[in-house]
Amino acid sequence: MVYSFPEEVLEYVFAFLSSDKDRNAVSLVCKSWYEIERWCRRRVFIGNCYAVSPQIMIRRFPEVRAVKIKGKPHFADFNLVPERWGAYVYPWISAMARSYPWLEEIKLKRMVVTDESLELISKSFKNFKVLSLSSCEGFTTDGLSSIAANCRNLRELDLRESEVEDLSGHWLSHFPDNFTSLVSLNMSCLGSEVSFSALERLISRCPNLKTLWLNRAVPVEKLASLLRRAPQLVEFGTGACSTEIRTDIFSNLVEAFSGCKHLKSLSGFWDVVPAYLPAMYSVCSRITKLNLSYATVQSPDLVELISQCSNLKCLWVLDYIEDAGLKALSSYCKDLQELRVFPSDPYSAEPNVSLTEQGLVTVSAGCPKLQSVLYFCRQMSNAALIAIARNRPNLIRFRLCIIEPQAPDYLTLEPLDTGFGAIVEHCKELRRLSLSGLLTDRVFEYIGTHAKKLEMLSLAFAGDSDLGLHHVLSGCESLRKLEIRDCPFGDRALLANAAKLETMRSLWMSSCSVSYGACKLLGQKMPNLNVEVIDERGPPDSRPESISVEKLYVYRTVAGPRADKPDFVWTMDEDGALRFS
Amino acid sequence: MAHENDMDLKATELRLGLPGTSDRDILKSNNKRSSNEMHNSCSTAPKAQVVGWPPVRSYRKNVLQQQQKSSDSDMLGMYVKVSMDGAPYLRKIDIKVYKNYPDLLMAVENLFKCSMGVYTEREGYTNGSEYAPTYEDKDGDWMLVGDVPWDMFVTSCKRLRIMKGSEAKGLGRP
Repeated sequence: MVYSFPEEVLEYVFAFLSSDKDRNAVSLVCKSWYEIERWCRRRVFIGNCYAVSPQIMIRRFPEVRAVKIKGKPHFADFNLVPERWGAYVYPWISAMARSYPWLEEIKLKRMVVTDESLELISKSFKNFKVLSLSSCEGFTTDGLSSIAANCRNLRELDLRESEVEDLSGHWLSHFPDNFTSLVSLNMSCLGSEVSFSALERLISRCPNLKTLWLNRAVPVEKLASLLRRAPQLVEFGTGACSTEIRTDIFSNLVEAFSGCKHLKSLSGFWDVVPAYLPAMYSVCSRITKLNLSYATVQSPDLVELISQCSNLKCLWVLDYIEDAGLKALSSYCKDLQELRVFPSDPYSAEPNVSLTEQGLVTVSAGCPKLQSVLYFCRQMSNAALIAIARNRPNLIRFRLCIIEPQAPDYLTLEPLDTGFGAIVEHCKELRRLSLSGLLTDRVFEYIGTHAKKLEMLSLAFAGDSDLGLHHVLSGCESLRKLEIRDCPFGDRALLANAAKLETMRSLWMSSCSVSYGACKLLGQKMPNLNVEVIDERGPPDSRPESISVEKLYVYRTVAGPRADKPDFVWTMDEDGALRFS
Repeated sequence: MAHENDMDLKATELRLGLPGTSDRDILKSNNKRSSNEMHNSCSTAPKAQVVGWPPVRSYRKNVLQQQQKSSDSDMLGMYVKVSMDGAPYLRKIDIKVYKNYPDLLMAVENLFKCSMGVYTEREGYTNGSEYAPTYEDKDGDWMLVGDVPWDMFVTSCKRLRIMKGSEAKGLGRP
């Protein structure tokens, strides 16, 4: 049957398959389907840049138009991965420049990107459309100038949360006068002021601009002028809104916002003077996403704004919202799906706001569609967690950070095992979980038993013994990423579950009890894993084998040990010998 | 960490066998830190020294620090613009640097090469004053410099304007 379909027909059918999972499945049917599929795959996602090489990707998929690559492990966000660890994108860009002349999209996360890479991108791909650099670093505004000057068909430039060496705001002026294709610009991470008139002109001549996230340097009195030129905006991020309130600024802003009939998402608001918030009331009823996580505004003002956003689906906010504000949220925003509450003062021992576990319980009770939670707080109880679990069995992501490490249930002083146990037991679709507070091996038994759809687990200061780790590795069938810091997990669980590690993307363990000897053994036994020991104390060989390594990063790969390791990383090898780069 | 590795050799025998055997007991008994130890070792460490905890991203940490700093500096007054009627451009001074009114006024007189005379509560600035120092407070009102206690002035002063004598007449107390 299969042989009677001409290739073109199969190719046409395969074009409807967008998910990688489906395409991978199709590739396994037979050799000819494998061949047809690989020639028509246009999008490739690489979850770990060291799991595969650019050459392997290019050899298998010769006609790719869009690439997404992730580099450093997630804990790099919290400074746990030393500088110069790796994740350099240049080898990828250079290989793709030769083989993918029609590449349109590059999306990178946690990678090191140099100006050289950006320049190469800007000159190599004639139809380049989308550049997204999320949490990247290593480049300056000079690199952005190359992109602006040379990418004639650029649609998206997104620099979210990247660390850019800001030499000047002049890069924006490099967009040519006849450049009109911009759809999305996120420059919120940049510090320098860009030429305001260049920005105004750019916005005026790009009629398809839908997303504009300004940087802090754009003051509130200039916003009205920009909004008037782009009333079609769907997502808008302000700059700093700290200029003292004046009637003319305020009324201009009111007028400008009222002209934006399509706005769905608002962010920015650095240092916002609360008196400006009412300027946005006219758009609130259409707003589905609100990022107030840089707004140091107190609860009553937040509530005023939020109470008008009846269609809100996603709220990011500082803990200034307090329990009272969350109560209001739960009564006004019945469509809420995602809530993130960030700490305004994470390093002080005493609470500076009245935000407790109660706020989260209230939202879990009042918002039936709530599925994604990130919550920083200073106290938690098993009772609260159980209530949350019972209220919201539809939770998919639950990340709780109790600021004090190993804080027990504040009511009973017991560990929070039963609370988190209830979460995994009730929330059967849970894909991502971050634990905190006082936790014993028991919580891992619950997780191993119930969390069958769990894909990513983050642990800190938790557990008693290897049994904890063993429960997780042996029980969590869908586990892809496991990141652990400061837990008493060691050799036995790791070695007993070595095969499991090949079914996962990666495992990170820092400040745990895994010995160098065990790392070597793991590296010997599992040729398809890169077992990387990160140790800034010098070569692990210079210490007894039983000494614990500082950090361990284990990931599956078909590319062999990487060749770009810094001097504090060692790959454990089949030979059992140390492999230096 | 060293004390954890003082196990007998049998216990350190590494095997890749499946769990559910007597290994389970060994798994539990080895590498076991008593929760007391964990408590102690973690509670004695000063919070600020735990790298990467709480898990707040660097970008956000930097913004928070800046926000705290600027709210501190708002309290202290910091740099304010100083204009003088007839001068081609404004200056900026850090009023935090001065301890009292005479210091500030002397500095301003030097900056603009003017004289403001002597302050009295009753008359304002008299006795050889061509100019009078005024300031805009938090409510947006223009006030004569010198009426309120120095500390209150520092926290409420948004900018300074050195007014020409003729205009300034109206600002003295009646």
